Amino acid sequence: MDMKMIYARLTKIFRDLFDNDSIVLTPETTAKDVEGWDSLAHITLIVTIERTFKMKFKMKEVSSMKNVGQMAEIIATRTKL
Amino acid sequence: MKELEYPFDAGELLTQRKALRRQLLAENVTRLPKKIAVFGGSTTSDIVGMLELFLLNYGIEPTFYESEYAQYFQDGMFPSQELLDFQPDLIWIHTTNRNIENYPVVTDSAADVDAKLDGEMGKFTALWESIREKFRCPIIQNNFEKPLYRLMGNRDCWDYRGRSRYISRLNDAFGEYARTHESFYINDIDFLSADYGLKDWSDPSYWNMYKYALCFDAIPYLAYNTANIIKSLYGKNKKALALDLDNTLWGGVVGDDGVDGIEIGQETGPAQSYYEFQSYLKQVSTLGIVLTVCSKNDHENAIAGLNHPEGLLRPEDFIVIKANWDNKHQNIAQIAADLNILPEAIVFVDDNPAEREIVRSQLPGVAVPPMEEVETYITTIDRSGFFEVTVFSDDDLKRNDMYRKNVLRSAQIAAFGDYDEYLRSLEMEAVIDDFLPVYLERITQLSNKSNQFNLTTRRYTPAEMEAVYRSGDYIRLYGKLTDKFGDNGVVSVVIGHKNGTVLDIELWLMSCRVLKRNMEQAMLDVLVEKCRGAGITHIRGYYYPTAKNHMVEKLYETFGFTLLSADEAGNTVWELPVAGYENQNHVIAVTGNPQKEI
Repeated sequence: MDMKMIYARLTKIFRDLFDNDSIVLTPETTAKDVEGWDSLAHITLIVTIERTFKMKFKMKEVSSMKNVGQMAEIIATRTKL
Repeated sequence: MKELEYPFDAGELLTQRKALRRQLLAENVTRLPKKIAVFGGSTTSDIVGMLELFLLNYGIEPTFYESEYAQYFQDGMFPSQELLDFQPDLIWIHTTNRNIENYPVVTDSAADVDAKLDGEMGKFTALWESIREKFRCPIIQNNFEKPLYRLMGNRDCWDYRGRSRYISRLNDAFGEYARTHESFYINDIDFLSADYGLKDWSDPSYWNMYKYALCFDAIPYLAYNTANIIKSLYGKNKKALALDLDNTLWGGVVGDDGVDGIEIGQETGPAQSYYEFQSYLKQVSTLGIVLTVCSKNDHENAIAGLNHPEGLLRPEDFIVIKANWDNKHQNIAQIAADLNILPEAIVFVDDNPAEREIVRSQLPGVAVPPMEEVETYITTIDRSGFFEVTVFSDDDLKRNDMYRKNVLRSAQIAAFGDYDEYLRSLEMEAVIDDFLPVYLERITQLSNKSNQFNLTTRRYTPAEMEAVYRSGDYIRLYGKLTDKFGDNGVVSVVIGHKNGTVLDIELWLMSCRVLKRNMEQAMLDVLVEKCRGAGITHIRGYYYPTAKNHMVEKLYETFGFTLLSADEAGNTVWELPVAGYENQNHVIAVTGNPQKEI
């Protein structure tokens, strides 16, 4: 799956979860850029991404990802397998 | 909203939660506001979010208090002022086997394990008692899901040291508390987790990473199950099923295939599946849920299909049978009117997606579960939770039966030209005569609970009634009424005290369920006859008004009594000469007590 497609799907997930159609994701996007992206919403987000991409984050990754760019990289590696 | 009806798409609900919430709140409906406190033993955030959606869809607008992480015990035992001020209408304690503090270990003696169990129960009992005292509101309490692993393998389920055994004992003890305490309801996550798949439900990564005690995708099922208990408590259960026939209650089309051609019974797999579905529906009806037919068929074909020798449900199992070629939504609206319930209280069961879609669009509020394959019919209806039984008693059983019969009677009125014709069609038979010992208890009970059709509202203790029965100074009558729909039992009582040639009526009462059936006239006819035999020339009636017996203020007048006196309080005295009296009942066949065999 190429990056473009990953970002398209991620954008849809973010827009649905945070009920905000104006969200535009870049590799630099972090939690403070998205209204409502707190620690509880982070859980919902991670699980939704896992369900959508049919992959799992490792436990360490869930708390260590710094931005959407790192998230997309992990998804890209894992969906190649 | 279709998205929130079973079977829902759990992932979709979790992803679209905010948009769905927005849509629900934009609907122009009046909802019942309720304050719900969720006391969690683990993370509850998304659980509460899902619960909100399901409740909104059920017409309940919740405001939530949510415990800080795992503070369920502290909140129940030592509530903050904020929580006290919140004054919840209902408290849900979301605990799971992650909250069990002291599991048995293999070195424990049986007594050690008993002590651990007592400790665990003591903690929960203290919590529940504290909540009852401080909040005085219903409690919904999760039981426990089975453990994820079995240390001793299969032995775990029976050995006192096994966690499986320990948890089932705890669940038994929770159940015992529910059996013996009002307003306490078990949320059966033991069943839910098994139904979902325990290994997935208890996937430990959700606990280890997020402190959720169940996997994320199971959250909507948990929330739905809880919402079903809540909506049931607030009177939002379904009351009736409107059932299609062809390919719903049997396989095939009775009009085309003939009675011999439809599939029902034990011969083939599909036939057995339909038979099991009929059996399930029959069991549902024992809860007091009304079964009706809504089928596009000629009436005689429908009846013939229901009389199939291999079938289980019979025409008489259905209160209303609409088998015609009208639109189904019109038939369902008519069924609701016949039963005197709202269309929202009906579940429409039909294998045809087109019919379901029309009903869904024309009668929003009617539940329309997707009936896809016959072998899934039962679980689809069962898991939908339409008839969640939170309160149930023997009285409910009888009341429902009575209610169903009344529905049947009132449904018939429309078909008759005049009311007498209708009354005659009921084929009523009454036994009216002097008291029999076997009825004394019921007669006493009636004297103590009849309020509306009761002229003197005089109450009798069992001893007083016994004295009346033994005395020669009284003319006593009980009336028992049967009609073609069933036996109504003893429904009317008259007690008159002999005073020379005058009979003073001390008690005249009747159960309201036989109002307007001419039973009171039948009682009077027999009373006059008994008076003639006892040398009584005049009957004197007394009416003492209460807050509830207004309906019989004019009873003696309609009987043809003459007013003797009236006082300022509204008490009236009436008199009727026995001579020249003509019988007033012409619709009930009256007999006396059965003759004793010699």
